[in-house]
Amino acid sequence: MSGWAAGPAEAVFREEWGRLLATLVRWVGDFDLAEEVAADAIAAAVERWPVDGVPDKPGAWLLTTARRRAVDILRRRQNYAAKLAVLKVEAERDEVARLSEPASAGVDAGADVIGDDSLRLFFTCCHPALSAEARVALTLRYLAGLSTAQVARAFLVPEGTMAQRLVRAKQKIGKAGIPYRVPSATELPGRLPAVLSVVYVVFTEAYAASNGAALIRPELADEAIRLARILHRLLPAEAEVTGLLALLLLVDARREARVDAGGDLVLLEDQDRSRWDQGRIVEGRTLVLEALRHRPPGPYALQAAIAAVHDEAPTADATDWTQIVGLYDVLRATAPSPIVDLNRAVAIAMAHGPAAGLGLLDELAAGGALDRFHPLHAARGRLLDRLGRPADAIPAYRRAVELCGNDAERAFLLRCLGAAQRRVAEG
Amino acid sequence: MQYLLLIYSEPAGGEAPPQDQLDAEMAEWFAYDEAIRKSGVYVDGNALEPTHTATTLRLKDGERVVTDGPFAETREVLGGYYLVDVPDLDTALDWAAKCPGARYGSMEVRPITVFDQG
Repeated sequence: MSGWAAGPAEAVFREEWGRLLATLVRWVGDFDLAEEVAADAIAAAVERWPVDGVPDKPGAWLLTTARRRAVDILRRRQNYAAKLAVLKVEAERDEVARLSEPASAGVDAGADVIGDDSLRLFFTCCHPALSAEARVALTLRYLAGLSTAQVARAFLVPEGTMAQRLVRAKQKIGKAGIPYRVPSATELPGRLPAVLSVVYVVFTEAYAASNGAALIRPELADEAIRLARILHRLLPAEAEVTGLLALLLLVDARREARVDAGGDLVLLEDQDRSRWDQGRIVEGRTLVLEALRHRPPGPYALQAAIAAVHDEAPTADATDWTQIVGLYDVLRATAPSPIVDLNRAVAIAMAHGPAAGLGLLDELAAGGALDRFHPLHAARGRLLDRLGRPADAIPAYRRAVELCGNDAERAFLLRCLGAAQRRVAEG
Repeated sequence: MQYLLLIYSEPAGGEAPPQDQLDAEMAEWFAYDEAIRKSGVYVDGNALEPTHTATTLRLKDGERVVTDGPFAETREVLGGYYLVDVPDLDTALDWAAKCPGARYGSMEVRPITVFDQG
């Protein structure tokens, strides 16, 4: 505990922030007030802890301080709702006392209460009645504990725009009466995918940043993994939660090898596999095996299994493409989407040759659903190249370059385009 | 909290569906109406006459401007509503999901504003 005071205050309080806020929202039933008193409590801690020392139960100390502050503010408000809230918050005194008990039995009970509140907050922030953008923003702000400025950076929008978006989302929660509760067991299968999808969106944005200069945004990838870990701790029996955490770890394991010293994209087949993070791979493989025990396996578990097959291959040539195609077949039956079809076509090209894959890609291109999705055009270009048809590859690369919003990825596609043009010129 | 469940659907047009299908649909509506009235959440509810009977009014510089037709011409039109009193949005959405209108069109769920008593 003493290490806390020594470390950078931000890291400590970010850890506490989500938990503190989750419980306060339940007590006061108001995001803005919860946020205000949580910030006050943390400000008080920054002032007091270096002088008085870090309390034995920092979380309970923060909660008590925030609770007192909430009561003060609510007492000054004269309306009926505020009076009711004061009664409710006063009643929570016993709960804080229980959390503060040094007895070991009390620690477990406390952990459960805090865990339930975090889970409530997840389901409220990821409620289907909120827009997809609002869900991601709320989750990063209130569960990952990012500041509004940091959330704005994640979305590449001005801070004012993000502040406005968060205000509107909180208003919707309050005015529309979005409940602060964990869905029942029968509702859970319908509600969990929205929560998982928020974490997945944060991760994919980190990994294939849709706009901007950097290819990977490590801080966002770390956030997504942290959120997935929290969810896994809260819902250890949900196979898709386990599958999602496994997927993120198994993909993120290749982070260091995915970009070269110059910041350029390195394709999976060209990566230096000794730079893959073995710790993440081992952890991810254990989790994916656990997730796959659930029948039928869900889409995240299947994608994690595909990532695991890649991670297990000592060289690109040793990749078990037949197994990957098989997994894509199952994924396609479980969660059909044009993007799954695209990835499956690429895997088929690897397993059975570029001509087989190109046929499927042409069908997909004719379907039109992925017309504005640059990876389709990039994949077509690459297969045409491999078939010795650089003249046909050129328009495909051109279209991919046109649609790609990420600088590092566009640079890579321009190199492919240049190489194809040279081959045509050389005849 | 009180919520207005607004029932939107495409106006009936063209050939009328066969009588047995109409009877089956009406039976669904009656069953839902009975269930929601008995549940204790029901406050009010009505079906509306078609949009060609609607009249829209606004005041422009203090003068009434009255026009024929609904506020906005859209493909789906407001056909009726239920006013319910339930604890939260999830419960309101549950009632909206049970309504036959959710299958034949779409349901908009809007909270009723509560003015602070001070």
